[in-house]
Amino acid sequence: MNRYTISALVSNKSGVLTRVAALFARRGYNIESLSVCKTEREDLSRMTIVLKGDDYILGQMIKQMDKLIDVKKIRCVEEDAVSRELLLVKVKTDSETRSQVLEISQIFRANVVDASPEATILELTGKPTKLDGFVTMLMPYGVMELARTGVTAISRGKTTINDETDYKEQI
Amino acid sequence: MKLMGAEILIECLKEQGVKTVFGYPGGTVLDIYDALYRDGSIEHVITSHEQGAAHAADGWARVAGKTGVVIATSGPGATNLVTGIATAYMDSVPLVAITGNVGANFLGRDSFQEIDIFGITLPITKHNYIVKDVNELADVVREAFYLAGSGRKGPVLIDILKNVQSEKAEYTPLSPATYRPKPIPEASVLAAAEAIKASKRPLIMAGGGVIAAGATEELIALAQKLDAPVVSTLMGLGGFPASHPLFMGMMGMHGTATAAKLCLESDCIVAVGTRFSDRVALNRDKFAADKTVVQIDIDNAELNKNVFVTHAVLGDVKEGLRTLTPLLAACKRDFSAHAQQLRAEERAKEKQPELGHRVLIEAAKLAPKDAIVVTDVGQHQMWTAQYFPIEHPRTFCTSGGLGTMGYGLGAAIGAAKASKKHVILVTGDGCFNMNLNELSTAVTHDLPITILLMNNHALGMVRQWQKLFYKSRFAQTDVKKRTDYVKFAESFGAKGLFIEREEDVVPVLKEALSTPTPTLVDCRIGNDENVLPMIKPGQTYDTIMTEWEVKE
Repeated sequence: MNRYTISALVSNKSGVLTRVAALFARRGYNIESLSVCKTEREDLSRMTIVLKGDDYILGQMIKQMDKLIDVKKIRCVEEDAVSRELLLVKVKTDSETRSQVLEISQIFRANVVDASPEATILELTGKPTKLDGFVTMLMPYGVMELARTGVTAISRGKTTINDETDYKEQI
Repeated sequence: MKLMGAEILIECLKEQGVKTVFGYPGGTVLDIYDALYRDGSIEHVITSHEQGAAHAADGWARVAGKTGVVIATSGPGATNLVTGIATAYMDSVPLVAITGNVGANFLGRDSFQEIDIFGITLPITKHNYIVKDVNELADVVREAFYLAGSGRKGPVLIDILKNVQSEKAEYTPLSPATYRPKPIPEASVLAAAEAIKASKRPLIMAGGGVIAAGATEELIALAQKLDAPVVSTLMGLGGFPASHPLFMGMMGMHGTATAAKLCLESDCIVAVGTRFSDRVALNRDKFAADKTVVQIDIDNAELNKNVFVTHAVLGDVKEGLRTLTPLLAACKRDFSAHAQQLRAEERAKEKQPELGHRVLIEAAKLAPKDAIVVTDVGQHQMWTAQYFPIEHPRTFCTSGGLGTMGYGLGAAIGAAKASKKHVILVTGDGCFNMNLNELSTAVTHDLPITILLMNNHALGMVRQWQKLFYKSRFAQTDVKKRTDYVKFAESFGAKGLFIEREEDVVPVLKEALSTPTPTLVDCRIGNDENVLPMIKPGQTYDTIMTEWEVKE
């Protein structure tokens, strides 16, 4: 079982997320995260999907997604691509534990975005593994709530997703 | 000019050259039906049930080679289309399904006859739309037709809110965008051509893609140049002439023993427009593990999906063959002579046919040469595929992928409408009972349909599996209906005939096939007439069963 990151440019209209999610569900693809955002073009959104599977599943998922009319460009992002995720975590803190939590935050270079007598909210951006490590370190203090955006990624160098050819234009 | 949404829809249908639509009116398509009525140039065939209309549009499309159109109202009208749309989706049939929905004011409030048909049909359409703005309607309809009929064809659904149908927008006529498959460059088939040239025993495997691409001529050219035997999937029947000396019959679960043997013996399979479905490849890992496989298909996701191939060529089958064939050298092969000998031996070994088989063999002899054959699903479907030679593309309609019982009668109506030719519907008593209400549609339109009802008082195919795999425990497959199908046909205004004994076969078929209006022939056959050969699901081709091995 490998982990792959896939980027796709899709039409920015309602129903597209449903189409993609429904495709994953009916074909039985195992999705770890999915994030959607705006792009430099108003008519396009970008989806970043983290898939768990093998080469066969990866190939099928890209091809099946490429068949959707609303999917314009799709590529599997290289392993060394820049990929980041944002974490917001609310940790239980009191006068005794606060300094310890802040110390851990410093190691991970997380920011304090909110503090109250019983809780501190921390913000951290990085690779998913880094976020995992941070959360593990905070667990003993009591993670009250956490939110992660899912991975977003972009290829290194001058190549872009726009270099891909839409399958629908090849036939 | 400013037109109402419903009028824009009709104008767009006319842009596409639509002359016949199938459907059923209702509350949320009143404006569309009113516009159809006022326009008067499009023939509308009303069926007894929306499912029949969807199958009719499907049958129409398969025979006409163009996009079929079906219209239904919101709620139950739309949901009744679902099986028909799914059938078309699985068999890549171009269809545009138009449904009404409640007005914007009522949307999302669980209003009367409101249903999310967009959501329901998401996984069974190539694409679908919900139109909430009349200004978008014309372009949506145009795009829908383009998508349905281009690339790998398939159904597209357009759900139009009621208020959109009566609101006005500017309409400018536009001639339809034509789809031309992209030529396939030599570079992408060079390796495949080399592999085929290096092979000793090439076998051509033809699928439904041959018919969809209109590549019969190119396929014949390839087969003759390579001197390679041709086997066909169920969906491919008619794509290569059955009478051609290189044709070795259907392959797969109920294919010929010759086809099975050739699949095992060949060192190179040229798979043209086929997706190696589980009913064809059976054991996908072992099916072609030891051979060179060249696969040409227009759907990228079908390449290497079920069977791993050595050479995948993406693109239109006709274009692919046009590029590939000139690169190959013409030759004569022992393998094709061997294949023809195998087929002749298999034919010689065929036993005295049982009554159901006999009806089909004689019907094939007596039928007009240009007749269209339509089937339902089950044993009779396989017998037809085995014993009714299909000579031409688009003269055979069957639900292959979805296996929709009840498909036949609706499809036969569509086929008759599209071709104006005699249509032979082969059905079983199980299938026929699912949508027999459409007999009234066939009668109303005086369609030349002969229904060969293989009445075995059983759900034969399921029964056959129970006999094979469930120690003959025939749970719910012995049908105890007391229907008199002759009287039934007569009560609907059709002619009713029956075949009970061998000697009835020829005279009754002669009478039925010379009747230019709906005629039902109740063929009273035994309940233990089974389909052979058979390769059990998931098994390899060498395990083919040509004799019945289970003792009762």
